[in-house]
Amino acid sequence: MTSIHHVEVIITNKKGVKDPEGETIHRYLILRKGYNMVQRVRAGKYLLLTVNAPSEEDAIKMVKEMCEKLRIYNPVVHDIEVRIHV
Amino acid sequence: MFKVAILKFPGTNCDEDVHHVLKNILSIDSEIVWYKRFSINDWDAIVIPGGFSYGDWLRAGAIASRTPAIEELINARDREIPVLGICNGFQILVEAGLLPGALLSNENGRFVCRWVRTYVERPRGPWLSLVEEGQEVHMPVAHGEGRYYIDEENYRNILLRSPIIRYAKGDNPNGSIYDIAGVASENGLILGLMPHPERASESVLVFRNFRSDGRIIFESLVYSLKRGW
Repeated sequence: MTSIHHVEVIITNKKGVKDPEGETIHRYLILRKGYNMVQRVRAGKYLLLTVNAPSEEDAIKMVKEMCEKLRIYNPVVHDIEVRIHV
Repeated sequence: MFKVAILKFPGTNCDEDVHHVLKNILSIDSEIVWYKRFSINDWDAIVIPGGFSYGDWLRAGAIASRTPAIEELINARDREIPVLGICNGFQILVEAGLLPGALLSNENGRFVCRWVRTYVERPRGPWLSLVEEGQEVHMPVAHGEGRYYIDEENYRNILLRSPIIRYAKGDNPNGSIYDIAGVASENGLILGLMPHPERASESVLVFRNFRSDGRIIFESLVYSLKRGW
């Protein structure tokens, strides 16, 4: 039995790789408007995949493998997070 | 006679410029080849020109790098076939793993389009055979994702043993680490660079205070195909 699972892939720059978009949002919008409690912003890319799989675990495993194989993210500069959309 | 392929993907837009330079300036036999019809065995050298293959979706070059044409280049990487990637072509070679590192969005978040001074370290291989160590080369850049990145270990172990093209002091247009404008495989057979040598091959196209130095890359290829490298 398979069913539909919604899997999120979030791609961000690795720690140590400069993220000018996140820095600009933080410095020139958020801090300027006084939200000083915001310590840091990282911008990234978001993909939502609709996957037919036996279980949530299988869907996540398949998506992770696919992201590696097709280089949906670039391991040289990116981290990814793969999780079920709730 | 030698034949050079100019590989075209959906969204490639500098193919005619490269073809013009190879044909009319250097008198090399070349052909624009649609990626679906590309076969590596037909060619003595391959140029992947600039543009916006697949609309730069996902990341510049990411989708083209997974096409059968580029997979064929990956499988043939041990064969002595010169490959040049210009701008989006460089992005494709990096995404394919044929060259080290990665290319990120420019530090200023914008598309940059200007002339730059670069210089070449450890020139060797078919694309740089006429270039001298430290030679200054003027070319224009035009890109949104040209910020080169590599970690320090790979920089020391790989790049410092290979040919490198760097932006001159004050001319880094995108925030590239170590001022890197272009990198090559250790033997120089595969070269990728963000600047456009095909736009710097005729003096009539040169911005004031710059020179049409990019043609030395194509002149090197002609020389090398005839005499070796």
